[in-house]
Amino acid sequence: MTETTVTSPGTPGGPPGTAGGTGRGPSGLRLARFRDLALVPAILLLVVVGALIEPAFLSGDNLTNVLQQQTELSLLVLAEAVILIAGKFDLSLESTVGLAPALGVALVIPAASNGLGTDWPAALGIPICLLIGVLVGAFNGLLILRFKLSAFIVTLGMLIVLRGLQIGFTGGQNLFALPDSFLYLGNARWVGLPASVWICGLAYAIGIVALGYFRHGRSVYAIGGNVDAARAAGVRTDRVLWTVFMIGGLLAALAGLLMTGRLGSVAASQGNGMIFTVFAAAVIGGVSLDGGKGTLFGALCGVLVLGLINNILTLAGVSAQWIQAIYGGIILIALMLARVTSGKAQD
Amino acid sequence: MMSPPATPAVEARGITKRFGPTTALDGAGIVIGEGETHALVGRNGAGKSTLVSILTGLQRPDEGQVLFAGRPAPALADRDGWRRRVACVYQKSTIIPTLTVAENLFLNRQAGRGPINWRSLRARARDLLDEYGVDVDGGRLAGDLGVEQRQLLEIARALSFGARFIILDEPTAQLDGPAIERLFERMRALRAQGVTMMFISHHLEEVYQVCQSVTVFRDARHVLTSEVADLPHDELVAAMTGEAAAGYQARSRASRSSAPIVLSAEKLSLAGRYQDVDLAVRAGEIVGLAGSGSSGKVSLAETLVGLHAADSGTVTVNGARPRPGDVTSALRAGLGFVPQDRHKEGFVPLLSIAENATLPIAHKLGRFGAVSPARRRARAERMIEELDIKTTGPSQPVGDLSGGNAQKVVMARALADDPGALVVIDPTSGVDVRAKQALLGAVEDAAERGAGAVLVSDELDDLRICDRVVVMFHGRVVKEVPRGWADAELVAVMEGVDAR
Ligand SMILES: Nc1ncnc2c1ncn2[C@@H]1O[C@H](COP(=O)(O)OP(=O)(O)OP(=O)(O)O)[C@@H](O)[C@H]1O
Ligand SMILES: [Mg+2]
Repeated sequence: MTETTVTSPGTPGGPPGTAGGTGRGPSGLRLARFRDLALVPAILLLVVVGALIEPAFLSGDNLTNVLQQQTELSLLVLAEAVILIAGKFDLSLESTVGLAPALGVALVIPAASNGLGTDWPAALGIPICLLIGVLVGAFNGLLILRFKLSAFIVTLGMLIVLRGLQIGFTGGQNLFALPDSFLYLGNARWVGLPASVWICGLAYAIGIVALGYFRHGRSVYAIGGNVDAARAAGVRTDRVLWTVFMIGGLLAALAGLLMTGRLGSVAASQGNGMIFTVFAAAVIGGVSLDGGKGTLFGALCGVLVLGLINNILTLAGVSAQWIQAIYGGIILIALMLARVTSGKAQD
Repeated sequence: MMSPPATPAVEARGITKRFGPTTALDGAGIVIGEGETHALVGRNGAGKSTLVSILTGLQRPDEGQVLFAGRPAPALADRDGWRRRVACVYQKSTIIPTLTVAENLFLNRQAGRGPINWRSLRARARDLLDEYGVDVDGGRLAGDLGVEQRQLLEIARALSFGARFIILDEPTAQLDGPAIERLFERMRALRAQGVTMMFISHHLEEVYQVCQSVTVFRDARHVLTSEVADLPHDELVAAMTGEAAAGYQARSRASRSSAPIVLSAEKLSLAGRYQDVDLAVRAGEIVGLAGSGSSGKVSLAETLVGLHAADSGTVTVNGARPRPGDVTSALRAGLGFVPQDRHKEGFVPLLSIAENATLPIAHKLGRFGAVSPARRRARAERMIEELDIKTTGPSQPVGDLSGGNAQKVVMARALADDPGALVVIDPTSGVDVRAKQALLGAVEDAAERGAGAVLVSDELDDLRICDRVVVMFHGRVVKEVPRGWADAELVAVMEGVDAR
């Protein structure tokens, strides 16, 4: 066996863990491969720091807790990473996190508990919630692809409109009295782990395989890298982008569903302020805002880093009033570190 | 003269295409017989690339019809249908920089329905690269490749489709002699297999080398179609320009050996590219830098302007030592620069001609960081005039210009500041015969105004304006040839087979 050099096939887009390569390729390859795993030492370091600060950190309960708390964020990061790789933007994801479950719930609960009075069967709640996510994505796609508007400004507008809609029809109230089916996914445990962790892991597995090993997934990278070239190669670029936006909306709705289940209600501000963390996790994980670059595995590592930092800050007893500023500051430092270690400008 | 077969392989009839106020094609057409290699020539902006995008189904003509083997072309949405009928090397790069070489080669055909087998993809890429004599590792990022390698990649990819009709839009503009020869051999072999080709180039001698028939476009219209053998060079140029041909006459210039040195390199080395290079350019002098693709001439020139930092040695510009690897500081020292890859480093596609051409002098067009639009416009109009740029006006985005006209904007920018030192790399790549004269004339004008210029090229026509030509081979300066060389002599030195 002469081929022992381990290389990432779609550097940097390729999935980790595939061997091959010619050995002719110099350092560039290994570096790119290394970038994929660049955050693993950081994650290990954080685990050690956490264990030193608070022995309870390493308990199974706490670690499960860390994972579960990050599931919603990680689904959003998954969505955003795919959209960013395709060279687009979606800021409205965080509003979908609130609106989709709120509307799904409001259509099925009685008017007495702040519902819309439609009283549709409770079983429709979840499908409606997910459908709304898809529709929001499709509408974003319509404005961006058909009307050729800038993704940034369109989704910024949607961010505000969707939040406004939710406040409008709930009257700014939190929604309680949710049907049990709605709470199930956010609460259930399957084989010792929260269901949401399984769902999230599955979503990432599907995403990594699709983006790494399937033609349509690779075309997302091609589009982000050079749309004209992708089109010339026969990629139906608009169709792929539209799909990507719809999947993004779907994942955001799913994240909203899990959050609703975990918290037991739909807050009027559900998802509010998450989008900065979403972008930060993606960028720390090596996804380029310029499109065409980054991996879902890297993005997942970005989420874990932020999740661990958040947990450690809480365990270390940082006061609730200060935690936001410190967390934000640490994210900025992490961005700088990611910039330094990757050696490439973050665009 | 052989008569064309009954049904031509490709036919475009009465094609009209407008871009806003510009008419890129005006009832133009082309007929290409089965199995022939057909040249399409015309000046910059004549509409050649526009016809290519219509023949490959990327754009819909406003009027007119495309036929393949007598049957109407597939619908625009049927990309696979188009790809089966025609493969193309586009003038603008269609390489995706963020993907590997291997994946670029098999873009959107990495696998059928099932998952991609990366190992076999890499193996297929290796075979393909070997077959076309392209010495690149399939695992590298395409964005890290040089212009020439990327061009070879485009060609290998287009030829690998097995389409019976292949379009090559200025494939040779970025290649050196041996690479061009390899491409031509490939094309001849394909022709022997009955493949039909359309070949676009501004190097008319290439048309005579590989093509059997030729179509000339001028100002968006079809002018003539003829067998190559029946059309002497002069008549071809006359058809393109609409007037009798005149070759470019290099002016005579008395360079004084006492003139100050404006640009120099001392003991410059960059591992793997070039070693121990000394170079001194005096004011008013044009120094040619020639050599084959692997000679290191481009890397050397790019080091002079600060695109690379040398491992050792120093660069001096107008008596100052710009920071190595820092383009801005070189430009500040009074250097003008025409990069090799105009798409990547040459211009900002979405900005207008006026903005692009005046970027380096923006600070002189107004005070306190403000730029006066009127003065910018005036400057830009003068440049458009001087370099004969075909455009609707200074406010047209450079991305919408034809390839050769974009190149002129890059040149205009390099000259904007009346630089004391000038480095131009392949200035005439992709420009037509007349524009070439304008561009070379612009370099000579700059020299007459007292600039010292380094001109990197392996075009003999370009090198003729140089006072002396420094020839590099495998990273070393092997010879310096004064003005008045014979073609064969210089080529021999460049290929490393020095006659003497
Ligand atoms: N997308 C576009 N938008 C606006 N104008 C365009 C566009 N594409 C081409 N044009 C204009 O159409 C004309 C023909 O351009 P085209 O690229 O076909 O020229 P060409 O013959 O290929 O020239 P060259 O030899 O310089 O490549 C030019 O005047 C160009 O500015
Ligand atoms: Mg062209």
